[in-house]
Amino acid sequence: MLTKRIIPCLDIKNGRTVKGVNFVDLRDAGDPVELAKIYSDEGADELVFLDISATEERRRTLFDLVRKVAATINIPFTVGGGISAVEDVEELLQNGADKVSINSSAVKNPQLINDLAQKFGSQCVVVAIDAKQIDGQWIVHLVGGKVPTELNLFDWAKEVEQRGAGEILFTSMNNDGTKSGFANEALAKLSSLVNIPIIASGGAGNVQHFVDTFVDGKADAALAASVFHFKEIEIKALKQELKNNNIEVRI
Amino acid sequence: MKIVIINYGAGNIQSIMFAIERLGFHAVLSNDPAEIKAADKVIFPGVGEASYAMNMLRKSGLDSLIPTLTQPVLGICLGMQLMCHHSEEGDTTGLGIFDVNVYKYTDKVKVPQMGWNTIYNLKSGLFKDIAENEYMYLVHSFYAPLCKETIATTNYEVEYSSALESDNFFGTQFHPEKSGDVGEKILKNFLEL
Repeated sequence: MLTKRIIPCLDIKNGRTVKGVNFVDLRDAGDPVELAKIYSDEGADELVFLDISATEERRRTLFDLVRKVAATINIPFTVGGGISAVEDVEELLQNGADKVSINSSAVKNPQLINDLAQKFGSQCVVVAIDAKQIDGQWIVHLVGGKVPTELNLFDWAKEVEQRGAGEILFTSMNNDGTKSGFANEALAKLSSLVNIPIIASGGAGNVQHFVDTFVDGKADAALAASVFHFKEIEIKALKQELKNNNIEVRI
Repeated sequence: MKIVIINYGAGNIQSIMFAIERLGFHAVLSNDPAEIKAADKVIFPGVGEASYAMNMLRKSGLDSLIPTLTQPVLGICLGMQLMCHHSEEGDTTGLGIFDVNVYKYTDKVKVPQMGWNTIYNLKSGLFKDIAENEYMYLVHSFYAPLCKETIATTNYEVEYSSALESDNFFGTQFHPEKSGDVGEKILKNFLEL
């Protein structure tokens, strides 16, 4: 059976790993390549690298990092952050990334999803969606959750699927950084509306939250950062507990 | 040993290069028929869309070369699918090495299948010292059904061929280069055939 995936997310700034609480107040949590190797050895199913630095020279740093990661680990990984051009994606894939994740650039230029899917295949196009529930409505936000758009989460998810996204990474801004669990109601609705895999993100605080997001949220994969970086949850123990709950995982 | 990865402009080949290096070997990328023919082992990668990839092969004449190769050849993912007769993806005629056609999953399951799934009913030297039901990484929307050339089975919507073998030709739907240490062992088995 296809397993549920556990995905540590490494936020990268100037070649170092950082993680924000509610996307602000960054803390340093180590060297990305070293961390990637540790997670891979501990049984992570995939990794996500999110580049949050924003200068032109950081591009070079990112490509170098991607190459080092690809040379070191033997599990798939996704790279996201500031990707807005087909050429960026080409260079990331050529350096060994398996997938890329696009967020704001997809909202600003939805055609980018079609272009990437056509050129590189849907399997490597992840569309990340940050959304916040405001007065009962799930509204898509940009710039790390700071800027609201006119888009409704569920409409946008259907659109990105139609345009050729291979996967959706949904982060609930209401849950992110709270360690109070994933947005399972919205996740389950997403899963019923689209037929591509959904990665749950935002809110992981304990092992039970992962169980809940796979059972109640019907997520295909769950992503978290700080709980892994600061060793509040060990991946091996997490997967064992998921297995004890009859959730199919790779051990 | 001379290992050639067929270069026809199809997707991410860096991962397979790195995996081969981690195993202590070295591979070269090539689209030169003489160099490909002279290799001890040939790897035929593939990521992306079938009809586009097949067109790239035809343009370079590699479509007529590959079926005539006599050394061990390993097609990975789309590479394996292109070695079949026909794919529903873009109504594409393949290389006809494996006697099976490739079909799309229905919408009863999430498409693509993305992630780790088990391989079982293993029957090939490719799986020497590999236990049944190990997890492999797969990303695909189309599949080859079970057939007489099936050497590994996986279940997603249906039981299908996650690996095929015909004479010197091998194909894996999964990515051995992205499937952890067990995947690397399968790649090593191929290189040591």
